[in-house]
Amino acid sequence: MAERSFAREVEDLRLGDGDTFRGEGILAITKALLQSGVAYVGGYQGSPISHLMDVLADAKDVLDDLGVVFQSSANEAAAAAMLSASVMYPLRGAVAWKSTVGTNVASDALANLASGGVTGGTMIIVGEDYGEGSSIMQERTHAFAMKSQMWLLDPRPDHECIVNLIEKGFELSEFSNTPVMLEVRVRACHMHGSFACKDNVKPAHTIKDALNNPKRDVNRIVLPPAAYEHEQEKIKTRMPAAMGFIRDNKLNEWMGPKHGKVGIIMQGGMYNNVIRALQYLGLSDAYGNTQVPLYVMNVTYPVIDTEVAEFCVDKDAVLIVEEGQPEYLEQAINTVLRRRDIQARVHGKDVLPMGGDYTAQVLLGGVREFLEKTEPRLLGNRPPAPDAAPVLNHPAVEKLKQVVPARPPGLCTGCPERPIFAAMKLVEEELGQHHVSADIGCHLFSILPPFNIGATTMGFGLGPASTSAFNVKADKRSIAVMGDGGFWHNGLTSGIGNAVFNKHDGVFVIVDNFYTSATGGQDILSSRAVNKRRDTNNSIVKAVKGIGGQWVRQLDRTYDVGKMRDTLKEALTTKDEGPKVIVASSECMLNKQRRVKPQINKAIKDGVRIVKERFGVDEDVCTGDHACIRLSGCPSLSVKQLDDPLRDDPVAAIDNTCVGCGNCGEVAEAAVLCPSFYRADVIHNPTRWDIFKSRVAMAVIGWLQRRRDRRRPALEALA
Amino acid sequence: MRDETIRLALPAAGEATERPISIAIVAMGGQGGGVLTDWIVQLAENHGWVAQSTSVPGVAQRTGATIYYIEAMPPLDGRKPILSLMPTPGDVDVVMAAEFMEAGRSILRGLVTPDRTTLIASNHRSFAIGEKIAPGNGIADGGAVTGAIGVAAKTEIIFDLNALAIAHGSVISAAMFGALAAAGVLPFSRDSYLDVIRAVGKGAKASVETFEAAFDRVKTGAADVAAPPQPKQAGNPPSPATPDPDLAALVARLKQELPEPALTMARAGLKKVVDFQDVAYGTEYLDILKTLHMADRNAGGGARAYAFTEAAAKYLANAMTYDDVIRVADLKTRAGRRARIETELEMSGGQLLQTTEFMHPRMEEVMGVLPAGFGRWLGGKPRLLGWLDRRVNRGRRVRTYSLPWFLALYVVGGLRGLRRRSLRHAIETAHRDGWLKAATDAVGTNYQLGVEILQCRRLVKGYSDTHSRGLSKFDKTLAAIKLVERREDAADWARRLREAALKDSAGKELDGVIQTIKTFA
Repeated sequence: MAERSFAREVEDLRLGDGDTFRGEGILAITKALLQSGVAYVGGYQGSPISHLMDVLADAKDVLDDLGVVFQSSANEAAAAAMLSASVMYPLRGAVAWKSTVGTNVASDALANLASGGVTGGTMIIVGEDYGEGSSIMQERTHAFAMKSQMWLLDPRPDHECIVNLIEKGFELSEFSNTPVMLEVRVRACHMHGSFACKDNVKPAHTIKDALNNPKRDVNRIVLPPAAYEHEQEKIKTRMPAAMGFIRDNKLNEWMGPKHGKVGIIMQGGMYNNVIRALQYLGLSDAYGNTQVPLYVMNVTYPVIDTEVAEFCVDKDAVLIVEEGQPEYLEQAINTVLRRRDIQARVHGKDVLPMGGDYTAQVLLGGVREFLEKTEPRLLGNRPPAPDAAPVLNHPAVEKLKQVVPARPPGLCTGCPERPIFAAMKLVEEELGQHHVSADIGCHLFSILPPFNIGATTMGFGLGPASTSAFNVKADKRSIAVMGDGGFWHNGLTSGIGNAVFNKHDGVFVIVDNFYTSATGGQDILSSRAVNKRRDTNNSIVKAVKGIGGQWVRQLDRTYDVGKMRDTLKEALTTKDEGPKVIVASSECMLNKQRRVKPQINKAIKDGVRIVKERFGVDEDVCTGDHACIRLSGCPSLSVKQLDDPLRDDPVAAIDNTCVGCGNCGEVAEAAVLCPSFYRADVIHNPTRWDIFKSRVAMAVIGWLQRRRDRRRPALEALA
Repeated sequence: MRDETIRLALPAAGEATERPISIAIVAMGGQGGGVLTDWIVQLAENHGWVAQSTSVPGVAQRTGATIYYIEAMPPLDGRKPILSLMPTPGDVDVVMAAEFMEAGRSILRGLVTPDRTTLIASNHRSFAIGEKIAPGNGIADGGAVTGAIGVAAKTEIIFDLNALAIAHGSVISAAMFGALAAAGVLPFSRDSYLDVIRAVGKGAKASVETFEAAFDRVKTGAADVAAPPQPKQAGNPPSPATPDPDLAALVARLKQELPEPALTMARAGLKKVVDFQDVAYGTEYLDILKTLHMADRNAGGGARAYAFTEAAAKYLANAMTYDDVIRVADLKTRAGRRARIETELEMSGGQLLQTTEFMHPRMEEVMGVLPAGFGRWLGGKPRLLGWLDRRVNRGRRVRTYSLPWFLALYVVGGLRGLRRRSLRHAIETAHRDGWLKAATDAVGTNYQLGVEILQCRRLVKGYSDTHSRGLSKFDKTLAAIKLVERREDAADWARRLREAALKDSAGKELDGVIQTIKTFA
């Protein structure tokens, strides 16, 4: 059960001839796969391709009608290995993941796949998480394509173009017996656009056919001497075949005038922003009528030497627009031109930045400098280009720089991971700071304020493994944090198994929130939800014990901060040898609310007795020291200014987005903070007994209150 | 650039200046920016335009600052425009900010420029973590944003869209859609906006009402929707027939003994003190205040609007109304308190309220209530104290409105009689006197320093550990002030020390300033 239902998006997958698809890029890609007659799809979720996995997971009926096998792979390596189904059989298959991180994990399988080559078309859809808003290290997938020799498609950010290139890409893969990668950047994946649909295509050859008629060919297996043959095949057969296909099918595009003194060569993905930059310079209109010749590489590997030569031969200079580093294309194109002794000068990273987003603004600067160096006449009278500098240099705006606070991502309201880190903070106060290895997932937000816990991340599921060096007797023990997602992705073996085998004394906290929450709440082995199409409810604790873990503690309510703290302390101090594994389990609040809220509201409407919990702060008890916030950071726990002349500092306040998770109270209690917090239980549809009890109590209480109030001095005189 | 190129009189290419309408929505994850984006795209498409939206979800959407970007333009004889995937500084027609500091951020990104940009921003605040964790007041200055908007925006539509949306039972996206319609930047009719919302179906009614309210708000420039009325403070008893004569006397005294500038603060202070204990305690408050005011006058405070007296009126009251178990129990059991919670929760007739307090009393708190002598004696018996603490020191979930627990709290809240003989009171009084002496000594020679020392009281707050940390900061600060008290700029250093102490809880900043002081003092 993902964060939300994708039922509506699934409907889009049913569209056929004559229909127009309107929606997100990644969903257009999903539809394109079905139009290309894929027999199987796999992958691992992660921005920006999560929705591809989510929609297919909800699209059972559509897939069953077509006879398409869909799998949520255990990790990217598993997904890549899945493609081996296309080695011997004419089956079209596709897998998807976040790149480069996913490609890193998958590259062993990919290298083997690329070496032996494929019979059926195979496509690897990589969500290139590069540039502003990216959550990972800044690298290029391009390198993987080159090292294993897989063709790399980089289509213009336009649904029509992307969909067409996917269909062509499968043909290319089959024609050249080589896996093909489709690179789509974050914004293109989440871009709203449209394209004219075709009917979905049933795979000509199905997985079932393949199973019933097994084939093998030792020459396709990576083992000497075949391995050496594969390399020769790549060079002598597959590469030329691919280049011929790309040329004949015009996968790369020429735009603008046929001839010109200068021209621009670009990755397809850069096209829209290049056009906008040219428009600012008065060299194109909004519809792409450019006065500068453009060569748009929808295929960035291999480079089609004849096309490059043809484009450059009559030009004084060309600009290469290639995002990220190193500048592989610039180098390749230089080689092409030098070998043919074509004199066009090659510009690129000399006028454009080596790294970072190529926004329209960045490209504007680069293209302008390129033209000033090579063909200034094109710049004409230089129409005014947009420029925010005057505003940004204004004193009033300068002043603002000091004022606007950073707003880093954080744990959601009611997140079950918050109390875990609150407990770790409390332990830190008692036993001092420890070396903590963090991992990938929501829990990584612990490295940010207010918790500031966690020293390193070494990749998904590798938090525990990254403490493995700290395996010596010392006054302190290392702590590793890992999510349930990371645990099943590889952490069970690389982390826990590794620690058991090497008798690691450290502490290993497994944060189990029933989903891979950071990627949108997909189910995994240990999800508690019953999922008809998957086998869930497999216990993490059993797995840990099964692999040899002895000291294992299961906490079934992470919100019990006191217990969490004590368990951590025990783990850090116990005499027992070997890894101390703590499995802290509570459901992801985002998903829980989505599930429970409607149920509760319905129950209340139907007159069922329901107790709704919410937390509050007594503002006259709160002294405004904000210690509670420093142990929480919950979005619903904020501050407010009182209109009381005697108060300098704002007091804590809880807004109506509070879901009553209990963290505030638990922390206040465990950390001996202050008595300002209260939990308010509102009983909806109370029973007669409820009402009677409350009436009696309030009668007495009211009397006592009136009695005391009568004795108070009447303060009206001071009002 | 070679200069002959400048003299070239080539015209700019024809259509070049005609660009799509660009809209940037800056928001925090979970604010419904995605919904608003889809509405705008739908709106444009309904008019046969080509619309493209992009966003960068992933981690940014977990409560972090995020941005949605839309470009739209009609096709030209069947040809689609080529639309950009991110906003270009200086080239955005509309920026919509779902929070005030995010509006500021959009200005810093250069998205708002005077030649082009209509800025639609909600001026409500959702505080960033950095603003919330400061031990003092870390709230960013919204005035700076207002100032920047003045110079950056071509047109500005600024009001509390959030309050308006809540008032109409919807979310901010609907209000922003209405403001966009009213802004008239897009050449689309009001009805065509409404069609988009209605087509959604679910929750459409509230959205439409919110849309219309926002639309009218922009058109008519009506006043902001008042934020939900502050529930009345706890503890105001029903006024009896005749106001308390003793208290009336105190008020009269206050008026004649204290200077005009200090009256408001003194009145508030007296109220707090009497409410904390009794009228006699109020008398003590005024007595002390009187002597402090005397010192103020001798120091020539008249020329300084008696700043010393005013500060004294404020911080003396806070010092005298320290947070002990009696006060907490009393506040929790007052009638007004339950009333306040019920209003906050917007409870209706059919529902019942029960509250649970999270209390963790330690032996220290208990000792605080004991008579000073006995308390000290007990303090000298560590083993006995430890034994008792093990019985007391435990987290307790207190069901406030269940009879047994209420009675318990009620009794504790009624222990005022013991308070002035209690150990806590003795400690607090001693501490108070030392502080006031330091201030009075200073004010004669360095008036502002005296005021600053009074204001250092602000450092003492919180309960248990937090409280002791506050106290130690307070003592450190006063000790450090002693080092510089003879200097001209002593007051500035005192202020620096106090501000540093309020910056972080660990007190690193404070220690830093103290180190600096030690280098020259």
